[in-house]
Amino acid sequence: MTVRRIYLDNSATTRVDDEVIGAMLPYFSEAYGNASSTHQWGQSAKQAIEEARNQVALLLNASATEITFVSGGTEADNLAVKGIAEAHAGKGRHIITSQIEHPAVLASCAYLEKKGWNITYLPVYREGVVRIDDVRRAITDETVLISIMHANNEIGTIQPLREIGQIVRQRREAGQRHLHLHSDAVQTVGKIPVDVKDLGVDLLAFTAHKLHGPKGIGVLYVRRGVRLASQLHGGHHERDRRAGTESVPLIVAIGKASDLARTSLQERSQRLQELRDHLERELLQRIPFVTVNGDAERRLPNISNLNFDYVEGEGLQISLDLKGIAVSTGSACSSGSLEPSHVLVAIGLSQETGHGTLRFSLGKDNTRDEIDYVLEILPGMVEKLRKLSPRVKK
Amino acid sequence: MYSAKVLEHLESPRNVGALPDASACGEATNPVCGDLLKLYVKVENDVITATGFQIEGCPPSIAAGSALTEMLAGMTTAEAAALTPNDVTHALESLPRNKEHCSLLAIDALRSALAQLRRDVV
Repeated sequence: MTVRRIYLDNSATTRVDDEVIGAMLPYFSEAYGNASSTHQWGQSAKQAIEEARNQVALLLNASATEITFVSGGTEADNLAVKGIAEAHAGKGRHIITSQIEHPAVLASCAYLEKKGWNITYLPVYREGVVRIDDVRRAITDETVLISIMHANNEIGTIQPLREIGQIVRQRREAGQRHLHLHSDAVQTVGKIPVDVKDLGVDLLAFTAHKLHGPKGIGVLYVRRGVRLASQLHGGHHERDRRAGTESVPLIVAIGKASDLARTSLQERSQRLQELRDHLERELLQRIPFVTVNGDAERRLPNISNLNFDYVEGEGLQISLDLKGIAVSTGSACSSGSLEPSHVLVAIGLSQETGHGTLRFSLGKDNTRDEIDYVLEILPGMVEKLRKLSPRVKK
Repeated sequence: MYSAKVLEHLESPRNVGALPDASACGEATNPVCGDLLKLYVKVENDVITATGFQIEGCPPSIAAGSALTEMLAGMTTAEAAALTPNDVTHALESLPRNKEHCSLLAIDALRSALAQLRRDVV
């Protein structure tokens, strides 16, 4: 019997699209010039980079000059948070973020905290969403940056970024010109519309490998006129924002991935949601004691984060893996620290109540047939593990 | 990540469930990760004649409990008292370093059961 291979961990990373691979390959062995060189080799590399910049800009409704290529989401978040903090330290040393940010933002904030910055970590309550009133109340004259993710990577909840953007705009119009809004949009770009002007963000980060591009390349959007302290010093690459010889193949790849994401966004998004809803609806129906983590409405179309009472998540995750199905878990047991993920803790789950969480994250290549296979085998696995549990009420 | 032995116990855990005629039931929890393990032993003439276990925990905790119930069968209580977390880990071939506490969870449950037996004797 052949073991099936069903990948439902697309929020961790995605398969690189064949078209993306096709677009990037020539830039390894044919058009391999350094974009800083003035000869033909260099100029064709430079041209490829600028075309990719346009493709990315189009996806975000930005201008090409506002796009900085970096190595990925982590670098983009580091550059945004530390770059704004450093450039505007003279105006204030206060940053607002949320308790459920990606570690790239949280650790950058913690780094600044050690250097004397004040950081406000906003709660997200049971629904996993930041409240506008909390944002409004947290802003002081000292605040230079608000960094709130567009959607959470574990539970998929979409944050009220547009409303926060409006607050920031009002404060700026009232004279607080040094207030900036950054968003880690790693999970939303390519899944739902991300329009930097509509959202009102000053900075926004995303990475190629979550939208069927390769690992090692990401983007930081920086609105025209925003002052940012560079974090990598060297040559005059990327308008002095990020030194280092550009990786032309990877940049071409993120351009192509952005292009494909833009042209198929609506169709992809709708299809993902149909599949996700089918999976979730059926699991909730077929298995008792299952709940959805986070707000079920304000959510990415491709993520379902479920809590299975009386089982431990890693047991389920490994059992699924043995059947060729990849998902992830935020359970305490699966983390190095033995504590549940900071996101599950922030929405009020404990070691016990958050013990049995699984995250299913769908991608464009998943099929209805694959989902049906999961629906066929998962209930039995849950039942088998629950038979072991001393906590199950008979 | 996990040894073939751990995965095998996850697939087919041995001696699952409470023993209705248990001489003692030991319990251990890991307060950090939330795992809970209950171990049942039936003792006749100082020899462990039957075992059972219940677990809500991760694969290595399931495997540790399952392996321990196998090891205990036929042991005297003195032999059982001499078991260490290392013995359980060896029975599982190996455990990732950050999962070695799962063997301790099983041994803690065993010690709790043995203490109960001693109290009953006195």
